[in-house]
Parts: sequence; structure tokens; C-alpha cells
Amino acid sequence: MPSRITIPELSKVDQERLAQSGIDLSMANRCGSFLQMDQDVVHAECSQEGIEVLSYSRAFEKYAWLKDYNWKLVSPDKDEVTKYVAAQKDPRGYVIIAHKGSSNILPIQACLYLGKDQIQHVHNIIIAEEGADLHIISGCMSGAQVSKGGAHYGISEFYVKKNAKISFTMIHNWSENIEVYPRSASVVEENGVFLSNYVCMQPVKKVQMYPTATLKGANSVARFSSIVIATPGSLLDLGSRAILEGVGASAELITRAITKGGTIISRGHINGKTAGTRGHLECKGLILKDGIIYAIPEIEGSVVGTELSHEAAVGKLAKDEIEYLMSRGLDEDEATATIIRGFLDVQIKGLPEALQKQIDASIDVAERSGF
Amino acid sequence: MLQIKNLHVNVGDKEVLHDINLHIDDGETHVLLGPNGSGKTTLLMTIIGFSNYTVTKGTITYNGEDVTTMHANERAKRGIGMLFQRPPTISGLKLGKMLTAISRTKQENILELAKSVHMDKFLERDINKGFSGGEIKRSEVLQLMIQNPDFVMLDEPESGVDLENISLIGTTIGKLLEKDKHLANRKKSGLVITHTGYILDYLDADKGHVMCDGQIRCHGNPREIIKEIKQRGYKECLKCRHA
Repeated sequence: MPSRITIPELSKVDQERLAQSGIDLSMANRCGSFLQMDQDVVHAECSQEGIEVLSYSRAFEKYAWLKDYNWKLVSPDKDEVTKYVAAQKDPRGYVIIAHKGSSNILPIQACLYLGKDQIQHVHNIIIAEEGADLHIISGCMSGAQVSKGGAHYGISEFYVKKNAKISFTMIHNWSENIEVYPRSASVVEENGVFLSNYVCMQPVKKVQMYPTATLKGANSVARFSSIVIATPGSLLDLGSRAILEGVGASAELITRAITKGGTIISRGHINGKTAGTRGHLECKGLILKDGIIYAIPEIEGSVVGTELSHEAAVGKLAKDEIEYLMSRGLDEDEATATIIRGFLDVQIKGLPEALQKQIDASIDVAERSGF
Repeated sequence: MLQIKNLHVNVGDKEVLHDINLHIDDGETHVLLGPNGSGKTTLLMTIIGFSNYTVTKGTITYNGEDVTTMHANERAKRGIGMLFQRPPTISGLKLGKMLTAISRTKQENILELAKSVHMDKFLERDINKGFSGGEIKRSEVLQLMIQNPDFVMLDEPESGVDLENISLIGTTIGKLLEKDKHLANRKKSGLVITHTGYILDYLDADKGHVMCDGQIRCHGNPREIIKEIKQRGYKECLKCRHA
């Protein structure tokens, strides 16, 4: 088992927030860790045979071939965020490589901690080689002392090779004055599986992202699941896109969105380019307090034999459902929380139990504060 | 156990129940009959405490306590329970999780109880989502088994249920109402809406009432009333002023 991570400079409050973001400093249920505080990489190790967790700079020292994976899925000229990160002389972030046939049951954790009023930038490259099975939990958070504002710019490029699998579960735990701009893309080869899960239950000023999965290989699969709550002042502009190119490729894009006064833009796009492909897009929204949920589902098919569907619904808590539970003895608050809990309960196929529990734990925290 | 006096109930602006009077003693099971739309379900929903049903006049007293304005959960805590005819579907909420929430500190073995009504395979399913008529009723019975109320209201427990499952549901409800106990030891009471009367094979009802146009028009032996209705329909009830 890897050794416990100690961060003496981190307050108890921040350590608690780290735990809420899925970061286990005891390492009891993790096989590896990457920890970047502001721009300092303070930890990068993995005890699982066949899997490497390296800082971006160390990885490029070690493997010259990594240049073939650098800025190949995300264009450095895409927007101001990518340009900013591409312009860095000393790029930060991590590279995780699951070598051929390797597998981790206990996930690797990657923690990106913003502790100062500044822009934190990272560039991550994640590769699961042929037949590898790689599970990562990424906890992103800001410290309580970041008062004036900060931003996180994160580039992530995922490569899922033939018969490989990557599950990437990202839990955001920022604060009201932080802006977050992830820019992610993945490519999935034959029989590969890419699971991308996003959880944001805590206040944040703005998150804007639109990760794209290109399913190049035959029978490749991508599933995006997002569970988000927007508090007053939060703008969550979220989307996910799947491009179905390989014969038999399939994608599922699932969102559960709750606004308590904030704004959620839930975008989604599935493009079926090949016969025998399937895609489903689903966005369910719940308005608990006046706010905005704007669902923009797009499905685009261009050949005979692609099957695409979407459903989107935005509504309020149903009174008859609450009273039904009350008639079984739950008080109104308990009944409401039970229904919201159910609404957010997206059981993700293929996700290890430890990661599903971590998602559940994030919902627990939100539930304890009364959603 | 339950005393209803001069009860008038509105749904929206419309008065649906007019001057309802009903008395159910400890250990008694009463049957409520009546044509569709006569107000039977409205009466049960009012007793359980759904807010769409507004009591404009009269009282509901349960074990000597006025519960007329209480929230549904307060009534449930006092021992009132109901099998709903058309319970809502709650997306995402698993039946097993709901049962755990209902059971609170009680230590019932949810899995064993679920097996007893063949619902163990449904614990990980969203409540009522895609359930057949019989499955909905078995789910409702299972919830009541865990809730274990003293006063059980059953809104058409046999509707949409095949004959084999009527036997299972009927026997289980019979136990809930302590029909397996000697009359002198029976404390639990029930109020059952039925159209067919099949459920009475398991419940041994004590009294019957016929409701028409939001009023209870007739009282008597439940089996005799059902026989009468089967022969003559509800037309006679509309004329009947025995109540």
C-alpha cells in the first residue's frame, strides 16, 4: 500500500474539503496519487504494477514518444484557455499511463488544489494501453483562503486503446469566487470503454466545459454522467459530446441537474456518423428555487443505420410524491431529501464500487446541508 | 379507533364529500362500496391527510385525538396507513431505499419481508416504475408490513391483480389486520374499498357502507350489500336513505 500523504500546511477545514472531493490522504483505498498545490507538484506515485503516475515534466523526460500524445486531441489554438496553457514554459499537470494489460481495482487519485488568488494551469495526458483497465478519481478544490478569486485551466487528453477502459470521476469542490475551464477530449479505439463522471454539488462562480469523446474503434463505448447542483451566483455551462465513428460504437450522455437559484446550461451532442451506432442523451432537471436550467440536447445522424435519441425534462418536486412518503411516516424535509436523493442517484455501469461510493458520499454532503 | 363526524371535503373549489359520518371500533374492518367517482378514494385520501383534499367542515378523530388538520406524517406516526390504488412513480428512488427510510430504527429484515410478497427482485427498482398492477399492490403491501399501522386503509387492493396474487395479497393484509388472532385480541382496524368483494374472502369484514355522490347512503352486512349490488347495481342505493 502506498504511504500516507502528509500536507502539514493544509488546514483541517481544507483537509476535510479534500476528503469531500474524494481525496484520501491515508491512501487506504487508493493505489496511487498525484497532488498539485497551486503550481507545485507535491506528490506523484503509484504502487500498482504496470501503471505510472508522473508529473507532466517528468513524463516527457522519461518518454520521448509522449510528444505524439501532446495537444493531439485538444487544439492549443482552440480558445483563450488552451492558448494560455499552451504558452506556459513550464507546463504542470500529470501523465498517467496504464501499460498494456494492467489494471487497478483501487483508483488513482489526482488532486488539483488551488490555494492562492491566481490561475492554476494543468495539462494532463491519460493513456490506457491495449487491454488496460484504469480508474481515476480527480478531486479539484480551492482553499478557504482564496478570497478574491481564482481560476483553474485544465487540459486533459484521454487515449483509450483497443480493449482498454478508463473511468474518470471528477469531483469539484470550489468556492463562489472561482472560475473553472476544463478542456478535455478523448479517443476510444476498438472495444474500448470511456466513462466520464462529473459531480459538482458545491458553490462555484463558473464552470465551462464541453468534453468530447471520439469513438473511432468498432464497438467502442462512451458514457458521460453529470450530477450537479447550482447555488445562487453559480453558472454551470456543461456539455458533453460523442462522435460515433466505429461500427457498433455507442454513447450515453446522462445529466441530473438541480438549481437552487443558479444557472445550469446542459448541453449535449451525439453525432452518429456510421451505420450500426447508437446514442442516447438524457437531461433531467429539477428547479428547487428560482434559477435557470437550460437544456440543449442535440442529436445528429448522417447515415442510415445510426440510432440516436434524447429526452430532456425540467420540473419541480411533485407534491404527491412528497405526501406519499409523508404518509409512510417521513416528515416533509425527509421526504423531500429522499426524493432529491433518488433523482441524483445515477448508478454508473462499469464503475468500481469505491468510486460509486465516492459519488454517493458527495451527494451525502449536499444532503446533510439540506440540498 | 376512528370517528368521522359531519365531514365535508373540497377538492379545489368543488365539494366532493358531504356530511360523512363513520365510526370504526378497535378490531373492526369496514368495507366501502360505491360506483366510480362516488368519493370513496377522496375519503381515504382525506383521512390519510393529502393536502389536495380540504376539510371545510367536520372532524376526523383517531384514538380520541383530533387529526383533522394534521400532516400525513403525523397521522402515519399515530398509526394510520394506506394501500394506495395508484401510488406515484418516483424516478430514481429505489424501493429498497424507501423501505429503509420507512423502517427507521425498526430492525425488520427488509429482504425477508420482500421475499414473502415476492418483491425481493424489485428492491433495486425505482418505485412503481414499470410495475404491473399486481406488483404495485405487492409493493404497497410490503411498505405497510414495514410501517405496521394500527388502522389500515386499502384502496381497491385487488384491482389489476391476478387470482394467484389476490390470495397472497389478501392473506398478507389479513395478517396486517390481525385476522389470524382471536376476535377478543384483535386491535387493528381497517377500511377497505372494493368493487368485486374478492378481497373479503381474506378479511372477514364486519360492516359495509355504500357511498354515492359523496355521501354514505347505506350501511349493513358487507356480503349482503355486495350481493345486492351485483343483482341490482347501484341504482337502488341512489334511492336508499337508510343512512
